[in-house]
Amino acid sequence: MSHILPELPYAYDALEPYIDARTMEIHHTRHHQAYITNLNAAIKDKVELQQMSVDQLIRNLDEIPEEIRTIVRNHGGGHANHSFFWPLLKKDVALAGPIADAITADFGSFENFREKFTAAATRVFGSGWAWLTVDNRKLEIVATPNQDSPIMLGKIPVLGLDVWEHAYYLLYQNRRPDYIAAFFNVINWEKVNDNFLAAVN
Amino acid sequence: MSTDQHAVVSPLTLPSLPYPDNALAPVISANTLGFHYGKHHRGYVDNLNKLVAGTDFADLPLPKIISETAGKPDKATIFNNAAQIWNHTFYWNSLRAAGGGQPPALLKEKIEASFGTLDACKKELAAAAMAQFGSGWAWLVLDGDKIKVVKTANAEVPMTAGQKPLLTIDVWEHAYYLDYQNRRLDYVQAVLDKLINWDFAAENLG
Repeated sequence: MSHILPELPYAYDALEPYIDARTMEIHHTRHHQAYITNLNAAIKDKVELQQMSVDQLIRNLDEIPEEIRTIVRNHGGGHANHSFFWPLLKKDVALAGPIADAITADFGSFENFREKFTAAATRVFGSGWAWLTVDNRKLEIVATPNQDSPIMLGKIPVLGLDVWEHAYYLLYQNRRPDYIAAFFNVINWEKVNDNFLAAVN
Repeated sequence: MSTDQHAVVSPLTLPSLPYPDNALAPVISANTLGFHYGKHHRGYVDNLNKLVAGTDFADLPLPKIISETAGKPDKATIFNNAAQIWNHTFYWNSLRAAGGGQPPALLKEKIEASFGTLDACKKELAAAAMAQFGSGWAWLVLDGDKIKVVKTANAEVPMTAGQKPLLTIDVWEHAYYLDYQNRRLDYVQAVLDKLINWDFAAENLG
């Protein structure tokens, strides 16, 4: 089984003006596709690995043959992270439901969560991601370098933000904080809530 | 030159670009250089000055700040900003308008001794630039008596591995994204063919 590029659940311009259509198209058709192409090439002779989902592949990297482990970590991670990321984005979805209560319970307030998540995303040096994860039923903010996933750390992501420069450079250039602020206008909280319920149940 | 370029101590100032910001076009646009030099490089200088103000580091020259903080997790933010200042200054000097072509004789001889041909050396540099996953740098270095190609992640520098940098190519996405987007290889090949400053690399041989 080859991994294939998942379709976006919306048009490339659906997130304008917060994330532009050109960025979305290149990010999806070039960057995400490249991770998939490289992952498929790495496992093309490994029949047993081809039966596994990408999340299964990156969950136990120690069990991946050493000669392809870094490729699976980087490009499998890239495929998993981007596949997870796209459905998290949607305009005009209000924060509601159990995820809203859990954020208040674990961070004191939504504003405090927002501040901590923004700080984590701003602080990633170089390429990487900021995440809201569930670990032992508790929400946590985690940052990972490059295409490392919280799944590799045994944590379950419910929200993630790509802070590789390719995610924002065409529209925001060096102004990563502006991109992070814009992201808060396109979080699909219904999807985050679904992810949260799946993680705690 | 490579180690003296930041001999002035605190507060550090942003070194001038060694050419106008349109000098490298069309390989690297004035728009890219405007952000890269005017925002990214300047940002590292501003950050470092804030980080070291009132500390013992404030009185140290940049190379010393880098060597004193390298490999120390509690000093990572200082190291990152300091090393990125140094790396960018070194990068600007590694490029020039109408660069590329043939290295000076002594450097060419050493390159051929290590790689066989200049072309093989350029291929290895391009391969290192492509293989650097995420943000980082590709370098031509002197390691003992041998010329080598290495890559470093994020702000890391070859000096910490005892290698002497001769030239570098920035492969952080901000170095090429406005002009090349995901096509890092096109950027790297154009830099190697048209901008790389072999004279600067030869000077660094010492």
